[in-house]
Amino acid sequence: MSAKQIGLRLLQMLIVLIGISILTFLLTYLSPGDPVRNMYLAQGVMPDEAEIAVTREEMGLNDPFLTQYFRWLGKCLHGDFGTSFALKKPVVDLLLARLWPTLKLALASMIIMIIISVPLGVLSAVYQDKPIDYAVRAVTFFGVSVPNFWVGLLLILFFCVRMKLFPVVSSGGSLKDLILPAVTLAIAMSAKYTRQVRTAVLEELHSDYVAGARARGVAERKILWRNVFPNSLLPLITMLGLSIGSLLGGTSVVEVIFSYPGLGNLAVSAITSYDYYLIQGYVLWVAVIYMLINLLVDISYNYVDPRMRLRR
Amino acid sequence: MKKEKKKSFFRKYPAFVIFAVLAVLIILAAVLAPLLTGGVNPTKGNMAETITPPSSAHPFGTDKMGRDIFARVIYGARASLSSTFILVAVIFVLGTFLGILAGYFGGWIDAVIMRIADMMMAFPGLVLAIAVAGILGASMRNAIIAVAIVSWPKYARLARSLVMKIRHTDFVAAAKVTGSRTPYMLWKYMLPNTVTTLVITAATDIGGMMMELAALSFLGFGAQAPTPEWGSMLNEGRNFMQSAPWMMIYPGLAIFITVVVFNMLGDGLRDILDPRSNEGR
Repeated sequence: MSAKQIGLRLLQMLIVLIGISILTFLLTYLSPGDPVRNMYLAQGVMPDEAEIAVTREEMGLNDPFLTQYFRWLGKCLHGDFGTSFALKKPVVDLLLARLWPTLKLALASMIIMIIISVPLGVLSAVYQDKPIDYAVRAVTFFGVSVPNFWVGLLLILFFCVRMKLFPVVSSGGSLKDLILPAVTLAIAMSAKYTRQVRTAVLEELHSDYVAGARARGVAERKILWRNVFPNSLLPLITMLGLSIGSLLGGTSVVEVIFSYPGLGNLAVSAITSYDYYLIQGYVLWVAVIYMLINLLVDISYNYVDPRMRLRR
Repeated sequence: MKKEKKKSFFRKYPAFVIFAVLAVLIILAAVLAPLLTGGVNPTKGNMAETITPPSSAHPFGTDKMGRDIFARVIYGARASLSSTFILVAVIFVLGTFLGILAGYFGGWIDAVIMRIADMMMAFPGLVLAIAVAGILGASMRNAIIAVAIVSWPKYARLARSLVMKIRHTDFVAAAKVTGSRTPYMLWKYMLPNTVTTLVITAATDIGGMMMELAALSFLGFGAQAPTPEWGSMLNEGRNFMQSAPWMMIYPGLAIFITVVVFNMLGDGLRDILDPRSNEGR
């Protein structure tokens, strides 16, 4: 990607970002009923009308929509995402505190995923239509069909309740707390990724240069690791980038199951307590992080595949 | 004669036929739930029989309200299947329609539709769905709306790219020159050229959509008590994991088996409708 292309991409991202911010802000408006009343009720407080009126005025909910939107946006751009109604803390602080545990979980599960799926995928491609291949394909098929929250519950049942190897609640501090949630996330992803690795490697294995190398008597092992594998890396990196993104959102269910103190868990509790500023902050942050990751993945193509540089 | 034809179809696609039969059986189980459960009420429990392990009277045990889990799992198929089918139908129709419009007309219509699609796709995974479902209020209908909002862009993009492929071919130009009107063009030329690929996508998506809806219900943003639904049953069972593991094993198994069957069915359908997809593998 040239500088100009990156600039164009950034402009496109800006348009999408504006849309995202409007959409995020609209979330409060979509809410049926009075948001202020919802917030009070979620706190277990029965508010009287006077109290509601005061809070409405304080939050500026009586102003026209555009006024509210631009005020909110202006504050966001200055790093002020408001104060959580339920937790009485600035939204930025809450999100920052939870960001690292979630990233840690995402990275850990990706490492596990790579360890599982790259060898399995290569193996099943090299032994295409042999028993190993069928076994790997069968396993990946069940892997994509099992809901991750059920896997998580089963893991807790066996490792925490029955065997008492791990604590039931992951406070997120130690490595031990990280293992089960990361494995849970890795299982479904590994199944998908193994298939992708297999497809990518197969595609390369069937290309002409491999036939040529074989004809010249180059050792099969050398062809595989010197040529085929590096060439099949490009689609794999795309997949990897996309999976970091979907992980950011997909962790919430697993975080809830393991009571893991991450972003997703925070978001779910924010939603159940109608904590609007926190919800808006979370949705906006995750969308921005996701877009940045996607941009980085695109830029990284340049370094992985020189063909991409020449093509443009 | 007819029998022979059927036999050859089975010979040609044994996996598809087997999983189609299994899928029909699951749908029948949902429809005939009262018969299968022998008239046991899935929402009314017997407080004298709370949390009993599986037995001959209650093959899957009972839950904290003394409700029969077997009956709840069978009735749960109704909620899961109907909501999944509605969801897939909605995103299929909406995505295809908007995608064809974008691809056929191009220009600002294309720009508006595709930028909105980009915005929806800028949210990873379930993030927006959870926020929408949570804020609209917890119900199965809102869960369907939430997942639909984030899922239609995939179909729109696919339909758009398929339309753009044929948009400038000679036969389309010929049809236009001979005076075909726009709605006719869309219906007779654009739609048929996109529908096969999109049907395959929809069929292979059923399992995944079912899991997403179950995940929302599991988090409490979907089906509400006392409606039997697999995701929310898992959530109830979570609190009794130590004392009553059967409360979470059977609903989870039900989701798993159903998703496997529908995924297999989707793959089978793809192999039939699009034999090329198998060549590379």
